[in-house]
Amino acid sequence: MGAGPKPASSFLQRLKGGDEVAYLITCIAASTILALTALIVFELYHNSAASRGKFGFAFLFSSTWDPVNDQYGALPFIYGTVVTSAVALLIGIPLGVGAAIFLAEMAPPKVSEALTFMIELLAAVPSVIFGLLGIFVLVPILKWLEPAIRAVLGWTPLFSGPFYGVSLFAAGVVMSVMIIPFIISISREVILAVPNDQREAALALGATRWESTWDVVLPNAFRGIMGSVFLALARALGETMAVTMVVGNDPKIKASLFAPGYSIAAVIANEFTEATGEMYTSALIELGLVLFALTVVINGGARLLVAAGERNKT
Amino acid sequence: MQAPSRQTSADKQSASKVEDMDSVIPESHAAGSSQAQSGSGAVKLSATNLNFFYAKFQALHGISMKILANQVTAFIGPSGCGKSTFLRTLNRMNETIKSSRVEGEILLDGEDIFTQEVSAVRRRVGMVFQRSNPFPKSIFDNIAYGPRINGSPSRSELRDKVEQSLRRAALWDEVKDKLNQSAYGLSGGQQQRLCIARALAVDPEVLLLDEPCSALDPIATAKIEDLIFQLKSSCTLVIVTHSMQQAARVADNTGFFLLGKLIEFDSTAVIFKTPNKKETEDYVTGRFG
Amino acid sequence: MTASNSPHAPASHFDFLHFRRKTVNFVMLSLTAICTFVALGVLLYILGYLFVHGASSLSLDFFTKLPTPVGEAGGGMANAIVGSGKLLLIAMCLGVPIGFLGGVYLAEFAGGKFAFLIRYVTDLLNGVPSIVMGIFAYTIIVLPQKHFSTLAGGLALGVMMIPIAVRSSEEFLRAVPLNLREGSMALGASKTRAILTVVIPAAKNGIITGVMLNLARVAGETAPLLFTSFGNRYWSHGWNEPTAALPVMIFTYAIAPYEDWHRQAWSAGFVLLSLVLAINVFARLVLSNKKHVAR
Repeated sequence: MGAGPKPASSFLQRLKGGDEVAYLITCIAASTILALTALIVFELYHNSAASRGKFGFAFLFSSTWDPVNDQYGALPFIYGTVVTSAVALLIGIPLGVGAAIFLAEMAPPKVSEALTFMIELLAAVPSVIFGLLGIFVLVPILKWLEPAIRAVLGWTPLFSGPFYGVSLFAAGVVMSVMIIPFIISISREVILAVPNDQREAALALGATRWESTWDVVLPNAFRGIMGSVFLALARALGETMAVTMVVGNDPKIKASLFAPGYSIAAVIANEFTEATGEMYTSALIELGLVLFALTVVINGGARLLVAAGERNKT
Repeated sequence: MQAPSRQTSADKQSASKVEDMDSVIPESHAAGSSQAQSGSGAVKLSATNLNFFYAKFQALHGISMKILANQVTAFIGPSGCGKSTFLRTLNRMNETIKSSRVEGEILLDGEDIFTQEVSAVRRRVGMVFQRSNPFPKSIFDNIAYGPRINGSPSRSELRDKVEQSLRRAALWDEVKDKLNQSAYGLSGGQQQRLCIARALAVDPEVLLLDEPCSALDPIATAKIEDLIFQLKSSCTLVIVTHSMQQAARVADNTGFFLLGKLIEFDSTAVIFKTPNKKETEDYVTGRFG
Repeated sequence: MTASNSPHAPASHFDFLHFRRKTVNFVMLSLTAICTFVALGVLLYILGYLFVHGASSLSLDFFTKLPTPVGEAGGGMANAIVGSGKLLLIAMCLGVPIGFLGGVYLAEFAGGKFAFLIRYVTDLLNGVPSIVMGIFAYTIIVLPQKHFSTLAGGLALGVMMIPIAVRSSEEFLRAVPLNLREGSMALGASKTRAILTVVIPAAKNGIITGVMLNLARVAGETAPLLFTSFGNRYWSHGWNEPTAALPVMIFTYAIAPYEDWHRQAWSAGFVLLSLVLAINVFARLVLSNKKHVAR
C-alpha cells in the first residue's frame, strides 16, 4: 500500500479505520481455504495408512478386489474410470466443440445467447438425475441400438460379448451427456474471446467462413479449448452418481465396452457404508486419495492452460 | 512538428488564444492577483519539494507551490504530465495505489498532511473525479453519505445538509422532487454536480476537481464553471483541466506541468499572455509537440 | 475468390478448388449446427421425459408423508425434503461466510503471489470430486462420533460451497468500478468503510445470485451424503442424527427393484430438478439483470 513518510502512524490510522481488522479477518477466511485443502490431503493420507502400509504401490497395479480375504487392488476401478471417461470424451469433445463453434461463430448473437443459457441450465442438472435417466431411459435406448452398433463395430473386441444394458459403454454415454454442456460453455467463451480482427483478416484474404474458423480462430482458441476438455475430464473422472447407477458395478477388467465395469468413485459410493473392518475402509479411502490426486493433477494443468489462453487473448 | 492526436482540439482552440485572451479573462483577475506567489492572500496549501513514485517510475519531480485560499487554481499540461498525480497527492488519494511513494512535504494551513489521519485530510480536502461516480444509491443517500460516515447526524440535520449542499451545487431545483430516486437516473452533467454536492456536504475547506468537465457537453460544462465561480467564496478550489480555455475562464492562478515538473506557476493572466518560460508559451499558443 | 481476378489461373482447376472450398465450408458449418442441435436435442429429450414422467407420478402425499415400509405402496418423502433443507442450511452457514470473506480478501486486499496461490488452490478445491468431500467429512465427524449425522452431511456440502462462493464474490466485487471506491474514500471513508458502505451494496445482487446458484448446485449433490448424513426412513431430530435427503432418496429408490419406488424416484427427481432450475432461472435472469451497472 502507498505509505506516507511515516508508515508507523499510517498503520495506526488504518487500524483505527478498521482496515487492519478487515484485512486480518478476510485474510484468515482466505487462508482457511489453504488449511482446509491441506486438511483434506492429510485426512485422506492418514486414514489410508493401513492399506498403504500393507499393499504399497502394488495397490495401484493389483486387480484383486476381495473384501472377504482383505485383499485389495485398485486396477479394475482405475481401468473403469479411465475407460468410461475416454468414452465420454470421445463422444463429448466433437459434439461439444462443434456446438461451441456454431454458437460462437455462426449463430446470431441473440440465438447464441438463448441457446447458451439453456445449455448452462443443463449443466446445473444434478448428477443423480442423469443417473435416474440413465437407468430408465438411456439403457433401454442402448439396448434397442445394440444390434446396429454390433453390426457396424461388432468385429472389434470393444463391442463383443453379451450386453445387459448396464455397462462401461452406458456409463461413458451418460457422462458424455453430462460433460457436453461444460465443454460447450467454456469453449464458446474462449472462441468468442478471439479478437475479431483475426477473423476479419482471414475473411479479407478471401477465406470462407469455415476456413477463417478452422485456420485462424481455432488455433487461437486451442489452448482454452484444451483447458475446457481437461476440466471436463477431471469432472468425468470424479463423477459418481450417474456412473454408479449405470456402470454395472463389477470389479473385472474386460476389453469389451459392453461388459459391466466399475469406477473409483462408484466403488466408494457403493461399498463405503458396507465396509466392515479397518483394512476395507482404509482401502476405499486410499481409492479416494488416488481419485483426489488424479483430479488435482488434471485440474491443475487445465487451469494453467485456461489461464494462459485467457492471457493470450487480452 | 507533429502534435499528439489528443492535443488537436486544444491546438485548434489555442490557435487564436493569444488574441482572444483579453476578452476571456475578467479584468479583475488580470489586475488583482498577478504574481500569485507573492503572497497577496492566505496560503491554504503549500507543497515543498514533492516527489512521487509509481513503483520505480518517478511521476513528480520536486514540485513546490503555494495555493491561496478562496481562489481557483488550475493545473494545465499535456496528458501524463503529472497534473492529476499532483492533485491526487493533495488529499492523499494516491495512497490507494499499490507500491506508490511520496517524498516531500504538503502543508494544509501550515500542518503536514502526512502526519494527520488520512480520513481527516480527505474530509478537509474534498475531491471530484473526472468521470462522475455517484454511488448506486438514491440522490439523498449519495449526499448524506459523507455526513453519515463522518458522524451520526440526526434525520433533520441530514435533511438540512442535503438541501444546503444541493443548493450550493445548483442542483436543488432540479432534483428536490426525486431525492429518493436512484442517482443513475440523472443526466451526466447532473451526476457530476451531484458529486460536487456530495463533496460539499462534508464542508471541505479545499475542493479538488480532476478534469470535472471532460465527459460533459458544453452546456453542462458551463454550469459547472459557473458553480466553480460561486464556490470560490466558501472554499479553495484546485482544478485540473485539459482545456486551456477553461483554465483561462475560471482560474485565478495557473500552473503549467510538463513531464512531471512544474514549469511555471503564476497568475492566469501571466501564464496565458506573458509567460516567462519558453515551454509555457509553446504550450498555450499550441506550438507544443 | 481473390484468385478469380488473376488471368493466369487455369480456369478449370480454379473452379474445382472454388467448388471444393465452398462445399467444405457448407458441410463443416452444417456439421457444427448439427452438433448443437444433437446436443440440445438429447438433453431436452431426457429432461422433457423427466418432466412428463415425474409430474404425472407426483401426488400430495409426496410432500406430506413419510416413506412406507418396504413392499408397501404409497407414502412420501416429507422427511427427505426437510432433511435436504437442514443440510443446505448447515452448508450455507459454513460455506457462505468463509467464501464471501475470502472473496473480499481476493478482490480488495490481496495481491501478488499469495493471492495467486489462494485462487489456484480454490480452483483445485472446486475440482475435487464430491465423493472425496464425503470421505473428508466422514473422517472428520462420522469416524470420531461413530455415527452418521446431519452435521457431517452439512459439512461436506459446506466445504463444497466455499470455492464457488469465493470466486463468485470476488468476481462481482471486482466488477464494481474503482471510481466508486475512490469517491467514497475521497469523502474521508477508510478502505473498510468504503467496502462496507459502497462496494458490497453495489455488488449485492451479484453476490446473492452467486449464493443461490451455489446452493442450487449442492442441493443436488448425492455422493458426499451417502456416508455422512446416510439416510433415514423416519424424521431426523436435531442435527446429530442421520437424515434423509432428496437426492439420496432418488438414488436409493431408483436402484431398488420395486415399481412403486421407481415412481417415487421420478417424483423426487422432478421436484429436485424443478427446484434447481427455478433457482437458476430466477438468479440468472431476475437478479443479475437488475444489477446496477454504473457504466
